[in-house]
Amino acid sequence: MTTVATVTVVGASLAGLHAARGLRSQGYDGRLVIVGEERHRPYDRPPLSKEFLTGEFPTGDGDPGEGPGRLALTDPEEEAELDAEWLLGVRAEALDTAAGEIRLAGGRTLRTDGVVIATGATPRTLPFPHPAGVHTLRTLDDAIRLRAALRAGAARVVVIGAGFIGAEVASSCAALGLDVTVVEAAPLPLVPQLGEEMARVCAALHARGGVTLLCGAGVAGLRGGGRVTGVELADGRVLPADVVVVGVGVRPAAGWLEGSGLALDDGVRCDQGCVTALPNVVAVGDVARLAQPGTARTVRAEHWTSGMLQGAVAARNLLAGSTVEPFEALPCFWSDQYGARIQYAGRRAPGDTVRVLEGDPADGGGFLAVYERDGMPTAALGIDRPRPFTRLRRELARAPQPAGR
Amino acid sequence: MIPVCRIEDLPEGESVRVEAGDATAAIAVFHTDGAYYAIDDTCSHQDASLSEGWLEGCYVECPLHAALFDLRSGEPTCLPARQPVRTHAVTVVDGMLYVHPAAHTVPGEPARTAPEEAVA
Repeated sequence: MTTVATVTVVGASLAGLHAARGLRSQGYDGRLVIVGEERHRPYDRPPLSKEFLTGEFPTGDGDPGEGPGRLALTDPEEEAELDAEWLLGVRAEALDTAAGEIRLAGGRTLRTDGVVIATGATPRTLPFPHPAGVHTLRTLDDAIRLRAALRAGAARVVVIGAGFIGAEVASSCAALGLDVTVVEAAPLPLVPQLGEEMARVCAALHARGGVTLLCGAGVAGLRGGGRVTGVELADGRVLPADVVVVGVGVRPAAGWLEGSGLALDDGVRCDQGCVTALPNVVAVGDVARLAQPGTARTVRAEHWTSGMLQGAVAARNLLAGSTVEPFEALPCFWSDQYGARIQYAGRRAPGDTVRVLEGDPADGGGFLAVYERDGMPTAALGIDRPRPFTRLRRELARAPQPAGR
Repeated sequence: MIPVCRIEDLPEGESVRVEAGDATAAIAVFHTDGAYYAIDDTCSHQDASLSEGWLEGCYVECPLHAALFDLRSGEPTCLPARQPVRTHAVTVVDGMLYVHPAAHTVPGEPARTAPEEAVA
C-alpha cells in the first residue's frame, strides 16, 4: 500500500507495540506514531498481580519516576529500530475517519493515513463510590499504588471478584502474610472459562493459600467515610477491610471512538483479520472484537497471547489494504496462584466433557486434562504440567476445529 | 563442573534441570538431535523453566509464552523473549554427564570449550 505515509498506533501496550513491530518487520518505512495514555513505555502486565505485588522484583523496578524496569517490553536498541514518534501520557479523544485525523487531549490533532486501535480495556468498578483504600488493578501505576497500600500496614484485604486477576491478587496478598477474603457473586468462579468441574478444582486453590472464598455473595456497599473500613454483603454481613481490591472484569476502551462511524459492540468490530469496516483502520488486543467466519459469533479475547499475535496479522492486513491473513491462533491463557501454574488452551464450549490424562485434581499435585466434544479434543487445562500441556496445546493447534467454535 | 546424571538417565528428547549452586542460576540440560546441550534454565522473558519446555531439534519452546531458544547459542528466535540465555558446556566422562557452568557472564556468547582432560 503505497499511499500510507503515516500510521498511528493508539495504545502503547503489548498489542500496540506488537502491531508497531509488525509494521516495521513487514517493511513499512513511513512515519510511525505511537500514542499512549500512560506515561510509561510499553511494559508487561501479567507480573503486576503477582511478583510485582509480592516484591520479588529488585528495588527500583517499576517505581515512580524510574519507569517499568524489568517489566519493560522494549529496550533502547529496539526503540531505535522501531523509529517511532512516541506520544506518551497523551489520551486519544476522537477519531475522524473522513478527515484522517485523531484528536488528542489538549486539542492537538494528528493527521494519519492508517490507524491501529490498541486502547485495551479499563477495569469495571462497583456501582457506588470507591473510598480511599479501594483499588482496581490494570496499569503499572495501579500496581504501584496497590503495592504501597499493602506495605503500609494493611492487615485485612477483601478481594471482590474471583476471576484470574482477583485470584492472583488474593494469592499475592496471602503470600505477604495478609488476611484475605475473596468475595464472588457467582455460585462458583471461572465456570464460563473452565466448566464447573475444573472451576471447582481451581476454586479450591484459595483454601491451599489460606484464603477464604465466599461464593454467591453479592456486594451491597463499601463501609468507611474517607477511607474504606469494610465490605457490606447483600446478606448483611460486613467484612472488615483495610484494603479492598475490585476485580470484576474490564470493559474495552472504545468510548473515544463513538462518533467515528466504526461499529462498536463491546469492543471495535472487525473481520477475522482485525480490519474494521475501513481498510486503513485495524484493531488489536483487548479492544478488538473479531468475526468468527462461518458463524454469527464475534469474539473479544482478553488474552496476553492474542494481544501479542494479533499485532503482526493486523499490520500485514493494514499494509495490504485488505484482509489477506486471518487471525487464527488458538486462545491461550495462564495464571499463577498459590504456587500453582494454571495453563489453558483451546475453545471449550458448554457441554464439553473433561477427561484427566495425568495426575489427580483431588491431590493438589497438578494434573493435565483435556476437554472433548464428540470424542474430539477442544481444549486443554494443565496445573503444574507445563511439558505435557505444551504437547497437547500443539496438538490442538494442529487439529481441525469444529466449525463455529 | 557439576555432575548431571548417567547418560542412560537422559534419553534422546529428554531434559533435566540441575541446580548449579548459589552463585549460578539453575541450568537445563537437553539431549536432542544426537547431542547434549546446556543453557540457563530460566527463560529470559519471564519466570519459566526451560527444562520443562518443548524440544524440537536444536530448539526449546518456553512452556509459558512459547518463546523459542536455539540451544546452540542461547539466542531467542522469536518473541516474546528478546534476551539470550547463557549456554554451558557439557561433557561425558565414563558414562556420566557433566555441565561446566559458563565462566563468561555475557549471555549469548558461545560457551567456552570444556577442559581437554574432561572430555571423554
